[in-house]
Amino acid sequence: MTTEAITHPGAPATAAIARPAGPPGAFLVSAEVARRALRKYFRTPGLSVMGVVQSVLFLFSFRFVFGGAVQGGAPAYVDFFVPGYVATIVLFTGAGIAVAVAEDRAGGFTGRLLSLPVPRLSIVAGRALADVTTNTWSILVTAAFGFLFGFRLSGTVPEGLAALGLCLVYGVVFTMVFIVIGLISPNAQAAQGMSMIAFVFAFISSTYVPAGTMPGWLQPFARYQPITPMVTAVRSLIVGSTSDLGLALAWSALLIAAFTPIAVLRYRRG
Amino acid sequence: MAMQDTPLLEASGVTVRFGKVTALDGLDLTAPTGEVLAILGPNGAGKTTFVRTVATLQRPTSGSLRVRGDDVVRDPVAVRRDIGLAGQFAAVEPTMTGRENLEMTARLFGHDRRAAPRATAAVIEQLGLGEVADRRSGSYSGGERRRLDLGASLVGAPRLLLLDEPTTGLDPAGRREVWDAVRGLAAAGTDILLTTHYLDEADELADHVVVIDHGRAVASAAIGDLKASVGRDVIEVAVTDPARIDEAGQILGRVTGNQPRLDRGSRRASSPAAGGAGELASVIRCLDDAAIGVDEIGLRRPTLDEVFLALTGSHAAAPATPHVTNGSSR
Repeated sequence: MTTEAITHPGAPATAAIARPAGPPGAFLVSAEVARRALRKYFRTPGLSVMGVVQSVLFLFSFRFVFGGAVQGGAPAYVDFFVPGYVATIVLFTGAGIAVAVAEDRAGGFTGRLLSLPVPRLSIVAGRALADVTTNTWSILVTAAFGFLFGFRLSGTVPEGLAALGLCLVYGVVFTMVFIVIGLISPNAQAAQGMSMIAFVFAFISSTYVPAGTMPGWLQPFARYQPITPMVTAVRSLIVGSTSDLGLALAWSALLIAAFTPIAVLRYRRG
Repeated sequence: MAMQDTPLLEASGVTVRFGKVTALDGLDLTAPTGEVLAILGPNGAGKTTFVRTVATLQRPTSGSLRVRGDDVVRDPVAVRRDIGLAGQFAAVEPTMTGRENLEMTARLFGHDRRAAPRATAAVIEQLGLGEVADRRSGSYSGGERRRLDLGASLVGAPRLLLLDEPTTGLDPAGRREVWDAVRGLAAAGTDILLTTHYLDEADELADHVVVIDHGRAVASAAIGDLKASVGRDVIEVAVTDPARIDEAGQILGRVTGNQPRLDRGSRRASSPAAGGAGELASVIRCLDDAAIGVDEIGLRRPTLDEVFLALTGSHAAAPATPHVTNGSSR
């Protein structure tokens, strides 16, 4: 192989930069894209620390402030609420994903990536890898605080771990949804705003209160939108049952299958 | 692979439309290798869209564009292997150090584990970033951040460097820093395409200038020819009494031998003046003899609008609203 180099008349020999032998591999690109996003996340306290603090404060409020009113102080509310909250935590942290993706586009980083000889799918994969990692971090910290605030497993530890694993799957699913929201938003503010749609799905579901307590006209939406079976599946795994598990996994597969191609295509457009 | 005499760029009828907005409207342009090419034009002329099309970020709606012989639509990967892009915003990650930013980009260009730090060190030395290389780039000055961004586009040793408005938003010291860096790269043999709306920037950096307006190339000239036609200083006079602007214009025309431009709104008459300060003195004397009251008079560099006038015979579109923005493309 001949090493081509930019030559610098009058410049020190060390300043000559060799041309790369060939384009980078797909895995390396994903790893570099993910590493950058993770460095940004963990080196920005506003993202890594405040994001988790916010989740924990939310958890605290629902457990100790609203919790008493919801079920007249019945201790069971903590066991109802914590699994639902951990399962849907990504709906709250997801706004950060959408904003980061929109900022990368507006700030030129995405443009630079796309001008490099890198596979497009690797860019999406790297981005998703980083976001899944940060989601896992939020889920684990929030789950730990759930236990601290009085949540107890009623089933076995493997059942509890299966429930946690399902929460991590939802993390992957909604990561892709929020990447798409970031890509279709013209700027970071719009991405933040669009992410608020997730609140509708989080609150009008059986996450915080059973759907049966809502007015009749609202119940069909609350019962049949994807979040409710997803949350129900996590709750039932904890007690060793599998109700709604098939439906939850089907929704997960459907959402991933729908949003991944959109993300890849939108990234290609730059 | 590109032959020695393959042009750096060959654009033929390149058109880019975003819905109803036409950003490029049949742009034709040929540029040889071994030159710094400046695309000069007002905001909204299509400069950024052209750079994005060369960088394979924007597919042309019609027309063809080749970069060193490779078609941007048919063979985008070959084009990407040859280019380095520094966009309008410094696309460096503020929470990463300069070195971390450069090493990441080096890996993404295809450098292996050992070559990436070497290329990074070479770029740091070349752009004089040694003192700040291990600080987070969020703490850099505007000029340092731009130079780092330039370094990131350079770390893969591209054959063509694309710089979209490389000094927009920088203070004069930052502009100088970036100019020096770009001149160093050009001297070292890197082909450069840059866009600018500053005539002095094109003057400082470019060998060849293409003026674009409304998405078309309206003029193309070597920088020397451009300077010969419009690089002369301009005498501009603002008269006190708007009724006497025609007389002032006649005096300007008589002294400089050039057709004066009159702007009645601001009571200003101006004319290119090959004779510089000597002609300015004559104009002042003549105005004084004719007892024409003057608010302001002076010698200045020609504006972009005057370049347009000289090259095309028509005025540049006033950039009242900068940039037509579109949801998916800056």
